[in-house]
Amino acid sequence: MTMPTPTKSTVESTVTSDNRHVAPAVSRRNFLPRVFRRETFIGWLFVLPALLMYVVFVIVPFMLTIQYSFFKWNGVGPATWVGLKNYVTIFQVPNLIGTVINAFWLVVWFSFIPVGLGLVVASVIHRVATGRLGAISRTILFLPNVIPLVAAGIIWGWLLALPGLINQILEAFGLGAITRAWLGDFDTALPAVGIVGIWVLLGFCIVLLLTSMSKVDPALYESARIDGAGWFKEFVAITVPLLRYEIGVCLTVTVVAALAAFDIIWVTTAGGPGSSTSVPGIQIYILGFTQRAIGPASALAVMLMALVVLVIIPIQYLTKEIKQ
Amino acid sequence: MKVARGEIWTGRALLLVLMAFTILPFISIFMTALHPSGTVPGGLEWPADPQWINFVTAWNMAEMPKLLASSIFIVLAVVPVALVISTMAGYAIGLLRIPGARVLFFLFVFGLTLPFSGFIIPIYILERAMGIYNTRLAIVLPLIALYMPFAIFWMRAHFINMPVEISEAARVDGATTWDLFWHIHVPLARPPIVSLGILMAIWTWNQFLLCLVLVEDPTQRTMAGALGAFQGHYANDVPLLCAGTILILVPTLIVFILFQRQIIEALLQGSIKG
Repeated sequence: MTMPTPTKSTVESTVTSDNRHVAPAVSRRNFLPRVFRRETFIGWLFVLPALLMYVVFVIVPFMLTIQYSFFKWNGVGPATWVGLKNYVTIFQVPNLIGTVINAFWLVVWFSFIPVGLGLVVASVIHRVATGRLGAISRTILFLPNVIPLVAAGIIWGWLLALPGLINQILEAFGLGAITRAWLGDFDTALPAVGIVGIWVLLGFCIVLLLTSMSKVDPALYESARIDGAGWFKEFVAITVPLLRYEIGVCLTVTVVAALAAFDIIWVTTAGGPGSSTSVPGIQIYILGFTQRAIGPASALAVMLMALVVLVIIPIQYLTKEIKQ
Repeated sequence: MKVARGEIWTGRALLLVLMAFTILPFISIFMTALHPSGTVPGGLEWPADPQWINFVTAWNMAEMPKLLASSIFIVLAVVPVALVISTMAGYAIGLLRIPGARVLFFLFVFGLTLPFSGFIIPIYILERAMGIYNTRLAIVLPLIALYMPFAIFWMRAHFINMPVEISEAARVDGATTWDLFWHIHVPLARPPIVSLGILMAIWTWNQFLLCLVLVEDPTQRTMAGALGAFQGHYANDVPLLCAGTILILVPTLIVFILFQRQIIEALLQGSIKG
């Protein structure tokens, strides 16, 4: 890895580093606008490769998505300007706007349940699980977060199938009457997909919250316990307020996972039955790559991106760490 | 610590239930994978005659050697390049504080909020025009770009806290900007660079949507992408599908068990900072 390095004579002693000019001695440099300075130029060279990649493969596609959303186009032929028609279509077609509604339902399963349950479980474990069991549980609970989501989807596709483990367990408990193909049933497909999300994200939330709890000054818990505070009191008075920021992190990660869900749903239900588990990511793929309707696909993509920003900003705002 | 006895046992029981919930699915597919190919066994049944041969069949059908080579190639093409260019950018933004650093930083952080699926269609169209569609490059280049927001955010967070005095001292000795970066700051930044590398390697290995859209040939994809194709072909043969899934999981599991501390650490830190 080599870069054109300046010879020593050109560096001189006027500038030490990092834009900090120690030598105020009058030199020609000081009359030049900052932008033309040599170190500025080199600094920009440092950013250039990353910036170039980012602009070509993220910023340009991002702007193209916005552009495409105003056209009727099949991806190859000529495109015609249709204004906001694609957006209107999305709001009018139940299957399309339905994906947004499904996405919000998924937030309940992928985000509220794992974070809520994770918080409760972590605080219970925190009081009792130390040492060996704590360490082993950390590894095991984290496992689903490391494997590919596609694998999680395939595993659960089998567990939730008619002869799968879930129905077997239900039968063992005498609940044979409610067994069904969970992912193939209009009423249960979305919650069933939600369970997969819980499986993937719950461990992550627990481990993250548990790690932060162990950083809370133990004296706080100690004194609460001496005062006779039970689990619930401790939970409300210490754990939740002090972990505000980490709860925000969990919410952000899981909400994004819900709104931008694709892999799990693609391999378990592909959006079906009907469109009962279809979410924006799935519908963008179907519209764009199988129906070649680039316009509506892009309009939905723009809405998805706007939605993520709109949901994340309040979470970030509400759970911001109070800095002294 | 004063915690009631009963509470200790409730807590432990809760923990065990959760661990079972996490681990049972793995046990279920493992047992299923040992049943005769083509049959539909129950979810948790040890087979009378374990068919270990299913793993061999799945290995051959999924073309595992090719898949492994392809995945490793993609990881090796993505991670080092992404590490070098993001570290350089993080250094310029966080430590050199070049004019425009704030704007650049904002531009990159903006990318953190964009879901992949939002701009996958233009990437596909661009790649067709560039002639890299359906090659491994079609996965490698966008992935490097997609990691930039997080990677630069991560590296900047490190460099912004480095004391300037280190550079100043070396500057006096006549070191160039590149020398300073490569010989002084990169070695000092080793821990965050290693964590970032681990994260990007896992994300790359598990990448699915990009593979699905940009590469048709499963043997040119990453593991997760190929698994999707494998499922499409063998959806009706549950034992074989389970065997294939396990084979594809094994490398991930080995790496996770070997580096669990670093991986958990990196993923937690990654989400807290990001």
